[in-house]
Amino acid sequence: MEVTLRDLWLTYLSRSTKFWELTQEHFLLLVVFPVALATIVAIPLGILASRFKCVQVPALALANLIQTIPGLALLAILIALGAGIGDKPAIIALFFYSLLPVLRNTYTGIKNVDDSILEAAKGMGMTGLQILFMVELPLAFSVIMAGIRTAAIICVGLATLAAFVGGGGLGDFIMTGLGMANNNLTLLGAIPAALMALLLDFVLGKVESWLTPKGLKI
Amino acid sequence: MEIDRGELVVLIGPSGCGKTTTLKMVNRLIEPTSGRILIDGVDVRNIPPASLRRSIGYVIQQIGLFPHMTIARNVDLVPRLLGVPKKERERRVNELLQMIGLEPEIYCNRYPRELSGGQQQRIGVLRALAANPDIILMDEPFGALDPLTREQLQDELRKLQCSLHKTILFVTHDMDEALKLADRIVVMRNGMVVQTGTPEELLRNPADGFVKEFLGKKRFLRHPGEVSVGEIMVDMPVIGHPEMGAAEAFQRMQRHQVNSLLIIDKQGFLQGILTSRGVQRGIQAAGSQLKVRELMEPVAETVTPDVSVLTAARHLSKARYGLLPVVDGEGRLRGLLTQASLISTLVDVLWNGEDEEKALKLG
Repeated sequence: MEVTLRDLWLTYLSRSTKFWELTQEHFLLLVVFPVALATIVAIPLGILASRFKCVQVPALALANLIQTIPGLALLAILIALGAGIGDKPAIIALFFYSLLPVLRNTYTGIKNVDDSILEAAKGMGMTGLQILFMVELPLAFSVIMAGIRTAAIICVGLATLAAFVGGGGLGDFIMTGLGMANNNLTLLGAIPAALMALLLDFVLGKVESWLTPKGLKI
Repeated sequence: MEIDRGELVVLIGPSGCGKTTTLKMVNRLIEPTSGRILIDGVDVRNIPPASLRRSIGYVIQQIGLFPHMTIARNVDLVPRLLGVPKKERERRVNELLQMIGLEPEIYCNRYPRELSGGQQQRIGVLRALAANPDIILMDEPFGALDPLTREQLQDELRKLQCSLHKTILFVTHDMDEALKLADRIVVMRNGMVVQTGTPEELLRNPADGFVKEFLGKKRFLRHPGEVSVGEIMVDMPVIGHPEMGAAEAFQRMQRHQVNSLLIIDKQGFLQGILTSRGVQRGIQAAGSQLKVRELMEPVAETVTPDVSVLTAARHLSKARYGLLPVVDGEGRLRGLLTQASLISTLVDVLWNGEDEEKALKLG
């Protein structure tokens, strides 16, 4: 079936309410929420990992492991474990997938702070917490932000699978469109998803730039 | 070991001798395993580490300025930690910058990476001074800088110390730096103090061979009477043989760019001296068939290598052509003392010795 821009527009018009409902669901529930949650968990975990080897090894290993499980498989596992169907298993899966980028970047960002800077900070009389908040985190910030951006992009893409388990989001249109061989519908789901990823990357990039201290901008 | 208020004490020694470790035990970056460190009678172990460090300035070799903060925020860091109000902090930063000749309007809002290494380390020193500590620890602070900048910063530190009179503990492995800056030097080896003293005391009375080696032989304040001819003479003067032809002798002089040859026999005994003028006169008079034997002149004055340059100077004034051959007890040629080398040695010893004494007294 051929696709024309006109057809695409008509398809949109006929389902516009549903479109915005799905987009909002996709964005807020399936991207913002899991990423925010993952950030809240991963950043402290990353800080601990940078300080204690006994945290670093298992945390990074676990996150790595999760990353290797294919999205659909993880969803299936979660459902089998009793997470039910709908958006719950989807959000849980997306949360796990967002963990690794943020965790690893937090860890790396902090570890990469120059030793001489840390020595000067300690020698001047800064406490551990002061060093963390006044020196390490600001210096690690752009790396951590890059991790959050990566997590967000991953989520936008992976969230399209949520529809497979009844989780909604733009994947709904994609799946339905594929099932009905309605390319317009498929594209109505796929194109906005792609655009969302690009837009999110751009906006987060701007936020990162805006928040990076001038002294560090190359 | 005791350090008085206002003293600049340099810890020096070979790598691994424990100088940096000692420094770091003062602000508890390293905890001593035995013994005590007292500041104004208080054991540092009784002071919480963070408080202790805020009361002591700390300057390190790699500088360690915070790249994400402006110069102003870098400098006023410790005052900020101590809760000094903003106005007061600003005033202090301006005062410090002006003290080393950097305009506050320009430098306050710059970032470390915009500054050269020398400027950064100057800021590093200001940072250590910001909270007006009594004691400042410096761990090879100028080691990472190029020699010219290093010298400038050493001079600036000396000037600063003259007006501020901080108690400074300074670690270095550079003897020149130590002699230049220290009120007292502590020489260390393998974790032990080998000798303490003012730079002058160290130079005059090194405790043992190790200290001597470490100070470097050339440094000793010496009286010209203490320098022997053997140390400054030309070891391998250009020589000729009595049976050499005049032309060959002349060629040899030209090749080695000298005006004279010391003539020795096969056993090395000094026979005489041949000058280029002597050769030319000879050739003009009787052609180039002449042998050196016929053209050379006898040597009036010689000295032996062990004689002091002071004594040699007297002989030199009597010697012909400003050349004083140096021979051993039996008359074998050992070297040559020229007027030029004697003068430069005397200048070196007398005037440089004076300079060092002056430097030590002013420091």
